[in-house]
Amino acid sequence: MNPAGYYQRDRLWQPPALTPDYKTSVARSPRLALLSLEGSLSEITGPTFGHTDIDAIDNDLIRNYATTGDPVGERIIVHGRVLDENGRGVAHTLVEIWQANASGRYRHKKDTYLGALDPNFGGCGRTLTDENGHYAFRTIKPGAYPWRNWVNNWRPAHIHISVFGAAFCQRLITQMYFEGDPLIAKCPIVNTIPDPSAIDQLIAPLDLNAAVPLDCLAYKFDIVLRGRRSTMFENRPEGN
Amino acid sequence: MAQPLTYSKESASQTAGPYVHIGLAPGAAGFDIYRQELGRDIAGPDAPGERIQVEGVVFDGTGAPVKDVLLEAWQADAAGIYPHPEDPRQAHCAPGFRGWGRIITDFETGIWAFDTIKPGSVMGRNGRPMAPHISLWIVARGLNIGLHTRMYFDDEDNHADPVINLIEHVDRRATLIARKTAAGQYRFDIRLQGDGETVFLDV
Ligand SMILES: [Fe+3]
Repeated sequence: MNPAGYYQRDRLWQPPALTPDYKTSVARSPRLALLSLEGSLSEITGPTFGHTDIDAIDNDLIRNYATTGDPVGERIIVHGRVLDENGRGVAHTLVEIWQANASGRYRHKKDTYLGALDPNFGGCGRTLTDENGHYAFRTIKPGAYPWRNWVNNWRPAHIHISVFGAAFCQRLITQMYFEGDPLIAKCPIVNTIPDPSAIDQLIAPLDLNAAVPLDCLAYKFDIVLRGRRSTMFENRPEGN
Repeated sequence: MAQPLTYSKESASQTAGPYVHIGLAPGAAGFDIYRQELGRDIAGPDAPGERIQVEGVVFDGTGAPVKDVLLEAWQADAAGIYPHPEDPRQAHCAPGFRGWGRIITDFETGIWAFDTIKPGSVMGRNGRPMAPHISLWIVARGLNIGLHTRMYFDDEDNHADPVINLIEHVDRRATLIARKTAAGQYRFDIRLQGDGETVFLDV
């Protein structure tokens, strides 16, 4: 019997490989067609993670690197759910984030931007979703930063997010943007996504209900992974 | 008017960018923050099987090495069993075998390498066994969505593999096959574009 596969990825919704306004894609984009595979055991399985892999503090970017005090910047909570296309929460899956600090500077030996490093901010965090797919991080709102593409390109404030799901074919890296940021519409990386509704799906709204009064603001961000077919009609071998 | 379909859409992918290491391998970005980084050891110390090392470079369309790429590997143990509940033989998977790893390049040369054990054959669809292979997922600056591919071994019998045989352009099949360079050593280069473009998979 064949395992139930995942819904095919919508390649008209996802960004194409070649997006000339994002110049680095030009020499790095495959030009030949992808080979479409029905899911085998190699695609519908994937790594699993547990609470021995990570520590409770790992999702608190305000504290997980701090030594002499809190990092500088706007304190925020980022929370939401990891769901699949059927609307079901994805339980116990690993969510990892990374971001620039409030000055728009990354703690990376290759980042040489003028913005100051913050001695109390590392810029990465990780957590497991709960049984309903919920996750939460506490962090600092990242700053915008310039990047070499056109001479005057600036990234909107964003948090990079990596999610696993239950299968290697669900593996996804995306970026979360912040409601109201005027740089979103001008960003060549955002605009690799052809469908405006797909861009809207990456913009987190301010969530005052989740803010902690006199402490930090909150943004809500749900992430959707590919859904899986039901097994009901899967056991009919194809013609070969 | 028909009834509305209520499926959600998969979140759109965005490039991992040049600083992906901060999130997925902060040691490579230049700082220590976690008690343990994930994905450092694919097989674990106790898994039976042939210990191997795979080395390679990812090249762009101009032939230049992609120095800021990050790869993830996913594979079965030496008996062809995945440590995952969907594998019916999961209970017999090698002790301590994780099957998953993260692979970082040398930032100066773009060369990457990883140690693991050679996977066994895994049953494919419709009862057709697949030759031993490692699934790879590739992200980098300039890649808008992660690329999936597979690595097979040139000292295994790949001629009946159901995935390799799906590749109509027979000359391109070799792009998925690692070359044995010494005992326990394999070389696997990936070409994103141009001559010898690797076969990438829509899985
Ligand atoms: Fe960034």
